[in-house]
Amino acid sequence: MSVTIKEVEHIAKLAKLSFNKDEMDLFTKQLNEILNYVEKLNKLDTTNVEPLSQVIELANVFRGDTVGKTISTKEALKNSPSQMEPYFKVPKVIN
Amino acid sequence: MHSVSSYSYDDFLNQTPDNNNSVLNIVEKYLKNIELRKNINAFTEVYNEESIANAKKTDQELKSNNKKKLSGFVIAVKDIISIEGKKLTCASKILKDFTSLYDATVIKKLKDADAIIIGKTNCDEFAMGSSGENSSIGKTLNPVNEAKVPGGSSSGSAAAVAANFSMGSLGTDTGGSIRQPAGFCGIVGLKPTYGRVSRYGLVAFASSFDQIGPFANNSRDAARILEVIAGHDPLDSTSANIPVPNYLEKMNGDLKNLKIGLPKEYFDDSLNPEIKKSIELKIEFLKSKGVKFVEVSLPHTEYTIPAYYILTTAEASSNLARYDGARYGHRSKNSNTMEEMFVNSRSEGFGNEVKRRIMLGTYVLSSGYYDAYYKKAQKVRRLIQKDFLDVFKNVDCLLTPTSPTTAFNLGEKTKNPLEMYLSDIYTVSVNLAGLPAISIPSGKDKNNLPIGIQLIGKHFDEQTLLKIADVCENNLN
Repeated sequence: MSVTIKEVEHIAKLAKLSFNKDEMDLFTKQLNEILNYVEKLNKLDTTNVEPLSQVIELANVFRGDTVGKTISTKEALKNSPSQMEPYFKVPKVIN
Repeated sequence: MHSVSSYSYDDFLNQTPDNNNSVLNIVEKYLKNIELRKNINAFTEVYNEESIANAKKTDQELKSNNKKKLSGFVIAVKDIISIEGKKLTCASKILKDFTSLYDATVIKKLKDADAIIIGKTNCDEFAMGSSGENSSIGKTLNPVNEAKVPGGSSSGSAAAVAANFSMGSLGTDTGGSIRQPAGFCGIVGLKPTYGRVSRYGLVAFASSFDQIGPFANNSRDAARILEVIAGHDPLDSTSANIPVPNYLEKMNGDLKNLKIGLPKEYFDDSLNPEIKKSIELKIEFLKSKGVKFVEVSLPHTEYTIPAYYILTTAEASSNLARYDGARYGHRSKNSNTMEEMFVNSRSEGFGNEVKRRIMLGTYVLSSGYYDAYYKKAQKVRRLIQKDFLDVFKNVDCLLTPTSPTTAFNLGEKTKNPLEMYLSDIYTVSVNLAGLPAISIPSGKDKNNLPIGIQLIGKHFDEQTLLKIADVCENNLN
């Protein structure tokens, strides 16, 4: 399987990243090299193998629905690039 | 205090407290060392005044016989872990001005044990890299040989201990990021079992792989740090509720009846002959201590790197979606719409390796490819873990090289991402299976570069690894 520049452009759009022409060429080439390498997995028959997503197989870790200490609005806004308390400020969404 | 190398906590405990070896004196020496070798670029920030103030406080506490587990233990922390009120950059431009609002659980525990945090260490951006060269504030040099990489991604944490900037440090290990730099810098690095140490307050890269662990000059110090930071944490639902042993107590030198497996796939032709020789010597030594060795097989070894890069990049693409310029982190000045804000902030803020991994991860998770890549890799992950569980029915742990080579040259692999990924060939399987592993120094090669060997243990059996490592260290010469 190999990816085309067009597909890489689509992936970039999904990932919310933009690249110039040179970067796009380089990334396409490198992604293809990596994808060719991982192709190796298809040599393995994995029928009837359960996917493993949690290595120590903990399941359903619950906690009580109790009120705890949380950060204040002021603190939450401290790292924001633009704010108008109590809101994060972003570019206009609706024209 | 020694001025150059491997000052350990035992050295500190064994000396008579006087003005020459007060905690203040120790901290001042570390700060001086940091200043003298600033070119190593091991730190993103050094807490000069605060560590001096804490040292004075600790000296007072010690005078009143109020000794805690890590009183006077000077430690550096990878800049991917939250310390309240301190910058948390992940060596990324996107978090250049971010300040943590709370302490990570490991930090809270270190503070409670009276450890002195001397600063935050440089690393590969968001812990992605194997050489320490992917940092927005510039690469870290290997203190042993400044023309070489220190390894990565916990580059600064390894360099800090190797250069005697701190007694120990915390790193994180997603695919070898503690063990490989420990090997390259000639120190001890321990990756605990997945779930052994809370990840609360650790910036996520690949959540089902990441684990925080210690670097130190010897395994006793690594054990001391681990004992403090390990344990169940209700704030991390993936942390395991399994008691933490008193590691030092059981590091008693008795290795009789232990059986160590040598996975044949890790000793093929790609392994540097000097490393192989060093391991053979270590095996002979351990045999003289009563350890038995058997050859074992981990048949799915060749699939570890492909499975690892599919799964970790998928998790990374998802975890790093939060950096959108809206609530924190870098926001592009040239953004008139929300979409532009997202795209431009991310494109300006992330470095190339991070972008490459987000792209790969987005691709393998995208519609039509999910089953072919992501699900397939999860199934292979099961097979890789099963390889280990099978061999552990017959052996107590495994001994392997940490890396196929010793530290490589700065710039040597930056042009070829795949080649860089392959330098983790002996370490990633451990993270796929969630096992604990330690890298310990095992002599030097002909260029005087440290060689690392790795011990891999059963889930939650860090104890056996530390015990063996301790015996190996006592016979380094």
